[in-house]
Amino acid sequence: MIEGLQKVFENRVRLGVMSILMVNESMDFNSLKETLKVTDGNLASHLANLEKKDMIKVEKEFVGRKPKTTYRATELGQMKFKSHLTALEKLINKS
Amino acid sequence: MKKEKQNNDGVEQLSQIRSMMEESSRFISLSGISGIMAGVTALAGAAYAYFIIQSSATVEMQRGMYFDQGGMTNSLFVELLFVAVATLLVAFGFGVFFTVKKTRKKAQNVWTNSSRRLLINLFIPLAAGGVFGLILAYHGLFGLIAPATLIFYGLALVNASKYTLRDIRYLGLFEIALGLIASIYIGYGLLFWTIGFGLLHIIYGSLMYFKYDRA
Repeated sequence: MIEGLQKVFENRVRLGVMSILMVNESMDFNSLKETLKVTDGNLASHLANLEKKDMIKVEKEFVGRKPKTTYRATELGQMKFKSHLTALEKLINKS
Repeated sequence: MKKEKQNNDGVEQLSQIRSMMEESSRFISLSGISGIMAGVTALAGAAYAYFIIQSSATVEMQRGMYFDQGGMTNSLFVELLFVAVATLLVAFGFGVFFTVKKTRKKAQNVWTNSSRRLLINLFIPLAAGGVFGLILAYHGLFGLIAPATLIFYGLALVNASKYTLRDIRYLGLFEIALGLIASIYIGYGLLFWTIGFGLLHIIYGSLMYFKYDRA
């Protein structure tokens, strides 16, 4: 195991969510779903997982009568993602 | 071997990160209907401008905006400018309205980093084109206004295409080509404007509607 690789980002959906939230300040559930092309349930469970590990922050608000959930990366999440990236680069350069 | 597999995983992850970062920074909820409505508005504006020009006295003017002659009076220019600005505002208003409606329907945000980037990058060349058009008018070069604004609008679309649906790039290229052709056939500015802002928008909007919105 290479140092710095984060187990939490090994999953394709979780890695995608973090990539998106690194370049977008915040994003709502439906936009995430559309960009990642995953099902509601699948996305929801990975988002819950990321939230539990403090990688992302969840914000709920009402737009008119519709509830809307937006997500943003926490500072910890950004740090971990960067170290994951660095580790990936090292992994590739090594060979 | 294990090391090789790990390496492949890394490359794959990096390429996924890259594509997600790029894809998510585009604003893809532009509505096709807004393109159609912008085109219809432009046609209405052009028809009204044509009516104003026809009812003005000189024969040269009846061909459209004529180059470098006394046919263009100040009051006529102001009137045409007013029509052009009003058309632009109404068309832009339709664009915003239908795009907001589309994002509401999908329960997404309209005012995001990507939509902000889209607007800024659209408006830099567009504003430059608008100001340049006014400067041309100031010098009395009325015949070059339509070609110049078409070219600048095309450049604005090509620039904005990096931040939204890629298809908008082709609309931009067509507008640029049309502007260049229009700069050869000076005197037919209104006709080229009608094609560029009316016809092309309607065609583009319809294509986008069938490609993205209908589903």
